[in-house]
Order: sequence, then C-alpha cells, then structure tokens
Amino acid sequence: MVLSAQEPSPAPGRHDAIVIGGGLVGAAIACGLAEQGLDTLLLDEGDVAHRASRGNFGLVWVQSKGLGAPHYQRWSRQSAAAWPALAAALAARTGLDTALEQPGGLHICLSEEEFSVRAARMERMRAEAGNFGFEYRMLTRAEVAERLPGIGPAVVGASWTPYDGHAGALTLLRALHAAFRDLGGTYRPNAAVAGLDAAPHDFRVTAGGATVRAPRLVLAAGLGNAALAPMVGLAAPLRPERGQILVTERAQPVLSMPTVNVRQTAEGSLLIGESKEDAGFDSTTQIPSVMSDMARRAVLAMPWIAELNIVRAWSALRVMSVDGLPIYDQSERFPGAFTANCHSGVTLAAAHARMLAPMIAAGALAPELRPFSAERFGHVRTAA
Amino acid sequence: MSGHDLAIVGAGPAGIAAALEGAALGLSVLVLDEQDAPGGQVFRAVERAAGDPALAGDYATEGMALVRAFRAARGVEYRPGTTLWHIDTDTLRLSLLREGKAEEAGASRLLLATGAQERPVPIPGWTLPGVMGAGAAQILLKTAGAVPAGPVVIAGQGPLCWLIAVQMLRAGAGPVTLLETTRGSAATAALQAGGLWAGRRLLLKGLALVREARARGLRVVRKVRGLQALGEGRVEHVRWEGNTIPCGTLLLHEGVIPSTHVTRALGLEHRWDAAQLCWRPTLDGWGATSHDGIAVAGDGGGIGGWEAAVATGRLAALDAACRLGRIDTAERDRRAVPHRAALRRALALRPFLDRLYAPAPEVLAPADDSTLVCRCEEITAGQVRAAARLGATGPNQAKAYLRTGMGPCQGRMCGTTVAALIAAERGITVEQAGVLRPRAPFKPLTVGALAGLAKDDAA
Amino acid sequence: MYAQRPEARPATVEVLVDGQVVRVPEGASAAAAVLLAGLPALRSTPVGGAPRLPYCMMGVCFDCLAEIDGVPNRQACMVTVAPGMRIAPQRGARVAGPRA
Ligand SMILES: Cc1cc2nc3c(=O)[nH]c(=O)nc-3n(C[C@H](O)[C@H](O)[C@H](O)COP(=O)(O)OP(=O)(O)OC[C@H]3O[C@@H](n4cnc5c(N)ncnc54)[C@H](O)[C@@H]3O)c2cc1C
Ligand SMILES: Cc1cc2nc3c(=O)[nH]c(=O)nc-3n(C[C@H](O)[C@H](O)[C@H](O)COP(=O)(O)OP(=O)(O)OC[C@H]3O[C@@H](n4cnc5c(N)ncnc54)[C@H](O)[C@@H]3O)c2cc1C
Ligand code: FES
Repeated sequence: MVLSAQEPSPAPGRHDAIVIGGGLVGAAIACGLAEQGLDTLLLDEGDVAHRASRGNFGLVWVQSKGLGAPHYQRWSRQSAAAWPALAAALAARTGLDTALEQPGGLHICLSEEEFSVRAARMERMRAEAGNFGFEYRMLTRAEVAERLPGIGPAVVGASWTPYDGHAGALTLLRALHAAFRDLGGTYRPNAAVAGLDAAPHDFRVTAGGATVRAPRLVLAAGLGNAALAPMVGLAAPLRPERGQILVTERAQPVLSMPTVNVRQTAEGSLLIGESKEDAGFDSTTQIPSVMSDMARRAVLAMPWIAELNIVRAWSALRVMSVDGLPIYDQSERFPGAFTANCHSGVTLAAAHARMLAPMIAAGALAPELRPFSAERFGHVRTAA
Repeated sequence: MSGHDLAIVGAGPAGIAAALEGAALGLSVLVLDEQDAPGGQVFRAVERAAGDPALAGDYATEGMALVRAFRAARGVEYRPGTTLWHIDTDTLRLSLLREGKAEEAGASRLLLATGAQERPVPIPGWTLPGVMGAGAAQILLKTAGAVPAGPVVIAGQGPLCWLIAVQMLRAGAGPVTLLETTRGSAATAALQAGGLWAGRRLLLKGLALVREARARGLRVVRKVRGLQALGEGRVEHVRWEGNTIPCGTLLLHEGVIPSTHVTRALGLEHRWDAAQLCWRPTLDGWGATSHDGIAVAGDGGGIGGWEAAVATGRLAALDAACRLGRIDTAERDRRAVPHRAALRRALALRPFLDRLYAPAPEVLAPADDSTLVCRCEEITAGQVRAAARLGATGPNQAKAYLRTGMGPCQGRMCGTTVAALIAAERGITVEQAGVLRPRAPFKPLTVGALAGLAKDDAA
Repeated sequence: MYAQRPEARPATVEVLVDGQVVRVPEGASAAAAVLLAGLPALRSTPVGGAPRLPYCMMGVCFDCLAEIDGVPNRQACMVTVAPGMRIAPQRGARVAGPRA
C-alpha cells in the first residue's frame, strides 16, 4: 500500500490534498493520505498554539468509550487493534519507537459506590456491544493488588479490559510528522489559515503568505475547526475542556499496566491525570486545588506515589463535541471537503491513519462513519 | 491566609532593598527565598563568610551592611528556605514549599526579585564532572570556603571572570588560567558605546581587579575560540584552536542572564534584549510588568549588577506604596530621585560591558552537532537542528519533538540554546523563534506535598 | 577536586558522603560536601548513565541530584548540611513503589 515518495510533483501551490492542523488528528490523516500516494500539504500554526496533541495523557484507551454509542466503542477498538501495525510502520520508516504497550488497563474505584456504578456501566457496554463483544472484568481489591504494587486501603476494586494500553504521545506526534515528510508530504508550520475559498473538488487556502490549491481538503484543526467548518458547508460544534496533568521524575519500572489516571511512561515518569473543567480558551491556567485533588486521588490509589517529585505539570484543552464523540463529516455542498475531530487523538491515531485516510483519498466516508456526522446535532445543513 | 501588603520573592539585594523601603513606608512585607539566609547570589552566605579575606570588597562591606539592615528591619516577615512554585495571577495567591510541605500566602502586591543565573555555555564536554559555572565555584567559596585543588581554568568572559579569578587566587587556588573569549572586534565596538566617564567608578574597580589578578599570577590567554573540555569520566584537559592544557577544574562563564522562569510562566510580556542577548520582562521605570499587581526588580528584569538591583528594588517598593495609597505620586517621585541617580550611575558602564562581552554566536548556538545542549534529557545540537528541519519553528515545538525542556530543570539550561539553534537553522532571529513557556510547579514538589495542600485547605 | 580552607571556615559539621565521613563548614550545602569529599560523580543520568557533578550550585541545573537522608532526587546544592546527614549518589532513575 505504501507508494514511493518519488511521484512527479505537481505545479507549485497545487496538491492532491490539503490538511489543516498538524496535531495528532491532522498528522495521522496526512500521513495516511501520503501513504495512499497523494501529494499532501499539512498546514499548521506556529510554536505557540492551542494543541491538545502536545498536552495529553497518552492512553490508547477503549474501556470507557461509547456508552450508549456502540459505534464509537467499535471504532475505538478497531483503532486499538490497528495500533501495533501503525507503531511498527512508524518505527520502520522513522526509527522512532512510540512505546506502544497494550497490557490491558484498569479503572480504579475508590468507594463501593464508584465500584457499583462502574460495574453497571461496564455491563451496559457489553449489552450494547452485541455480536461485536466486549470483554471486561470487575476486579476485586485482591485482584487489583496482584496487578498494581502497594495499593491503598481506599481501593475497592477496578474494571479491567484487555483492549487498553498506552503510548508515547509526543513521540507519536513526532513520528507522524517524520513519516509524513519521509512519504514526500510537505509540512508547513507558521501557516495559520487566513483565507479559504471552496468550490466542489477545488479548494484554495491562503496561509503563511501563500495560496495553495487542492481537490481535497481535510479540516483537522482541533478547536479551530469550529470556525473553519462553516466555510465548507459543515459544522463542528466543539468546546474546549481543560485537563491538567502532573508528571513525576523518572523512576525504575514499577507499573505494569496503565490505569485511567496514573500511568508510567517508557521514560519512567509517572503521569497523573486528569481533570475535567469548563475552562474557555485558557490553556495556561493551572489551578493548585485541582492539581491537589488529582494528586490526592493518585495517593489514595497507590500511597507510595506521595514520595515522588512532580517535575512538570500542565493544562491543555480537550477538543470536545457536545456529546463527547468524534465528528467525521464530508461536505455535500463542497464535495472533497472533510472534517475530523476527536478528544482521543492518541487512541484513534491508527484508525485515522489507516482507515479514515483511505476513505478520504477515495473520496467518501464509509457508511459506518455516518453516525459520527455532526448532523446528529441537527445543524449541519443550516450552517452553510 | 496572611494578607501582606507586599510579597517579595527573593532576598537578594533587590528584594532586600525593596523590603527595607516598603517597611519604612509602613507596608507589611513578606519576603521569601529558597536560600536559607539573605543575600541573594552576590551576597550569598555573607553573614558567615564576611570575614574571609578572599572575599574582601563590596561583599564584606556593603553586602554585610545590607543584610544587617534587613535582619533588623521591622514590619518584614522573612521566610527563608521557602520556594515559590505557583502564583495565581487573579488573586496573587502564592503556592509555596517549605520543608517539604506545601503552603500558601497572599498579598495585595507582588514583587519578583528572583535575580539572574549564569548563561549556559554549551561547549563539547561541558557535562563532564569537574566542569562547572564560574559563579558556581564562587558559591562554593562563599558557602564553604572551598577552592578547587589542582590547575584551574576559567574560560569565558565578563567582569565576574576577573573577580572570581582574583577571589580564587586570594584563597590559594592555583595555578589559575583565564581563557578569555572576548573577540578582537569587541573592544572597538565597546568604546563606541561610551559611558566610560559616567561609569568611571566601576571601571576603576574593574581595572584594579585586573591589576590584582596579574600581580597574583593569573595567566591570561586572549581571543580564545573553539573551547572543548576533554577527559575520561572527568575533565582532564581543555582544548581550544590547536592548544591543549591540563585542567583539574574548568569554570565556564559567559555572563549572567535574567532568571525569567517565573515571569515567563506567568505569561508576563517579555522582550528580547538584543544588547544583552537574553529575554527580559517588559518593565516600566518602576519595575511594573504587564500584570498590574506584579512588579519585577533586580537582575531578573535585566542585568545591571547589585547596585542597580538595590535601586530598582527601592523604586519598585515606592511604586507599590503609591499604588496601595500610602503615598501619592508626587511623594513617590520625590523619594525616587536619589535612587534614580544611583541607578543611572550603576548602569552607566552597561552599554560598554554589554558590547565588550557580547557572547560569540557559537555560545548561543554551538556549531558542533555532537555538543549536548539539554543536560537533563541529553539532547545534542544536531538533534535540535534536525527537529528544526522537521518543522519545529520554536522551542515549544522542539520540546514536543525532543523532550528538550522536559527534564527536572524545565528548560532553564537549554531553553535559549534550543531557540538559538532553531533560529540559525531556519534563518530567523532568536526573537522570532520565541521562548519556552514554562509551567508550574516552578520547582519540583512531591505528590504528597501537593495532595496535602487539599487536605489542609479542607480542614 | 576541592580543598577546604580551615583558616577561613573551620570544618565543624560531620556528614556522611557515600559512606565516607567528611567534615565541612557550617552553612555548606550537601553538594559542597560532595565536592569536598572528592566524589568522582554524584549522579549518573537516568537517560544515558553519564556521570555528573554539581554544575550551577544554585538550584538551576539539577545535576546535583542525590539521595539525602534516604530521600532520592534531592537538589544537593539547595540543602544545607546538618550533623549526621547522609548523602549518597543518585544512580539513574530512582526506585519507586511500596517499601519492602
Ligand atoms: C489533558 C488531556 C488529556 C488527554 N488524554 C488523552 C489520552 O490519554 N488518550 C487519547 O487518545 N487522547 C487524549 N487526549 C486527546 C488528544 O490529545 C486529542 O484528541 C488530540 O490531540 C486532538 O488532536 P487534534 O489534532 O484534533 O487537535 P490539536 O492537537 O489541538 O491540533 C490542532 C492543530 O491545528 C492547528 N490549527 C488550529 N487552527 C488552525 C488554523 N486556522 N490554521 C492552521 N492550523 C490550525 C493547531 O495549531 C494545532 O496544531 C487528551 C487531551 C487532553 C487535553
Ligand atoms: C552565581 C552568581 C554569582 C554572582 N556573583 C556576583 C558577584 O560576586 N558580584 C556581583 O556584583 N554580582 C554577582 N552576580 C550577579 C548578580 O546577579 C547580581 O549582582 C545580584 O545578585 C542581583 O541581585 P538580585 O537581588 O536581583 O538577585 P539575586 O541576588 O540573585 O537574588 C535572587 C534571590 O531570589 C531567590 N529565588 C529565585 N527564585 C526563587 C523561587 N522560585 N522561590 C524562592 N526564592 C527564589 C534566590 O534564592 C535568590 O536569593 C552573580 C550572579 C550569579 C548568578
Ligand atoms: S548544582 Fe545545579 S541544581 Fe544543584
């Protein structure tokens, strides 16, 4: 499927596809398009920008995705299953190890109430999965203790699925950029979109002082999509949701599997996540009381974490749709234009590069992605 | 939470002077500093070491007097051993760390007097044991009376090089060689900057130092380029353009740069200082920043030396008192007159010094690809250049690609080097490449200390 | 290697540097004690295992990370010596987890 990078290059300013947004979503799609042999241009903003892809937790996480939306559970699972091939392809092309590990993952419950709510949720997920299946177990405290070192007295149990894992999210971003370039793609930073002219199968984008043109346009600008989508007759109703993360100093390997809010990276740091706040567009504020609550929860789960030094912390904005599910759309008014948004850009990277990108290259989204259209919010058509 | 009128971070000359001035005007002042005694970098440990003949000079006289006055001041609460790790810019609530515990403090106004750090000098081999900052060796002398044993090489430039060479020689270190990196063309440019007459007092002090250094047997090699530290497991030799000499301790120094870690993390406006080749917060004549509750004084706002730090500290305190309604602007301006004059005198020689001792481009952006620039994550100049080619237009994207700035120092050591390398590779200015945006915690604290904060709050 | 100057600063505080008894002046930092003890390296980096000694002595570079009184990864240059303090090298990444 991988074509050579040595295709004759088209006239300057003309490409087969333009992708707007060089975060995880845009880079994965751009990489996939380049792999399909399309001459692809990836436009991005500069050094300082809203970038969920630079501030995330690095989980390849499935177990909590898609309650009441089995298509989302399926899509996440397919991506998790495609991840090893993506990781291998990226390693082969760039020499970068994205440190993917998929040993399964735990969602720790710190009270009987949390445990029973969790158990009910997991059971509902299984019921909704139907034939596709959903393997999970509610682990007792003793079973959690077999899997994690030194759990605290507050731990009641955990949910576990075999699908979960984690990866180095920043290495992934770098590997996608490096692979994209290696495939002959052009990455242009400092190129915020200043103008967009849409016609069916003909898009002109002015960015970074130049105008470029392509028959395919993919909007993957994260929160920026909210403003861009209407220009191609689509809608991307998104809101920022701030999340904070604490990072400890490196430690010898101690955690054999990730939990939903504590994981150990390949470098050895423990990451402690993540809070959900409505924050508006301020990705820089850090709130000591929120950071403190995150720390406290981690210490309740594994008291020895208290000894570790936090060497970094940050807050970043999640790209949230109203219902928390991804948005994938194709424009009917301007065929050739697509949008892609999600708040699980690591988890879904493989789906984006290996399933979504081929659809875009071929010109249409597959029916299985229909439920992800922003039409579900009822205002796609009116937006144009 | 105690509500002080003015919280001052840093008990160096700037913070001390501001505290004295503020207290004299009736403000309740909180001073916190991560060191265990007042004095800052320049007057570090002066209460213990003022009697050391090696440190005779400003340190023993003016430094000691300043710290004495600080200890005697009323209306000043001093919290040593206290590290600032977060500031809420809406409420000016300070998150602190003392003896391993997180605590908080509040104030109506905040003055950051966090001083300077030595400019990182990334030469090949600078991570070898036995290589350190010249200022670091001076700290050893001040805090422990210690001097390097065996041949000492000081490599770099600037007034501090000469001062430290003299202090080392007085303290019996030796033999000491100064490899001066000042370029031949710099002297002419410096003379054009002028200020020699107005700054004659400092100039004479400097010349006296040079004389003393020579008299004490300092060996000086001029116009040194292409420095390298060599050795197996520790520095054994220093090499430059065809010369190699044995070396037990290599002390690097290319001047000091403002510690802007906190001011950048707060998102205050900064500008690139093309003369001093460093970032500095944008300040008005009173040290006011782009945040109307926060001011900066001392070397943290731009390098001026300790006398300038004292003057800017006093000016900032006057402005704080004025904004708090204790004095009116006329009174503030009247009281400012002597401090403005002192500031002018202290800064008169700066343009000359800045030009004379402007670091060479290779100090900012090391030429050799194998030179480590990020000491924490062990990233080389070559890797940064490759990241720039991949698409990193500044240090923040480079950090995402390479982890430069993600180690425990949070980019304090590599930030400007990475930006300069990217600038050189992409053909833009360092200013265009931009600057790392650090985040709290400014210094590490344990998960337990952070978790404890919530508990104490709830209690 | 660093030498003391007892005539200027008498060495009155006894500490243990990597098991070796060293006397240093009051007010010295743990990092100073390490340099006075002549330790060849205080830490080895968690990334490449390279040996390091304190570089900045003022809390900026984090090359002085040490295990002090049993607590790993402390900035030795920011810790003032106290009688009986145990200062040990920090080799690579610290150990984490429940204590045996
Ligand atoms: C705290 C936190 C934790 C998370 N944890 C996880 C996790 O564990 N697992 C997981 O799978 N996901 C996680 N995520 C989500 C994941 O990071 C995001 O889903 C993903 O990064 C979104 O990628 P994106 O490319 O859509 O957006 P972004 O990363 O925001 O990228 C958008 C890009 O578009 C550019 N752009 C915007 N507007 C324009 C314009 N007009 N012109 C040109 N360029 C433009 C921006 O500069 C930016 O580079 C987390 C997110 C956060 C905030
Ligand atoms: C290593 C070194 C040695 C120097 N030696 C000399 C010298 O011998 N002679 C000379 O004229 N100049 C010297 N200088 C130059 C020096 O910058 C100024 O002369 C003078 O110290 C500036 O005074 P200041 O008050 O602005 O800052 P400083 O004196 O640097 O004081 C800043 C204070 O802030 C504290 N601080 C910083 N961050 C935090 C935080 N997050 N939390 C709590 N406290 C914090 C520091 O501990 C420090 O005590 C030296 C500089 C350095 C870096
Ligand atoms: S020696 Fe640099 S932080 Fe301690």
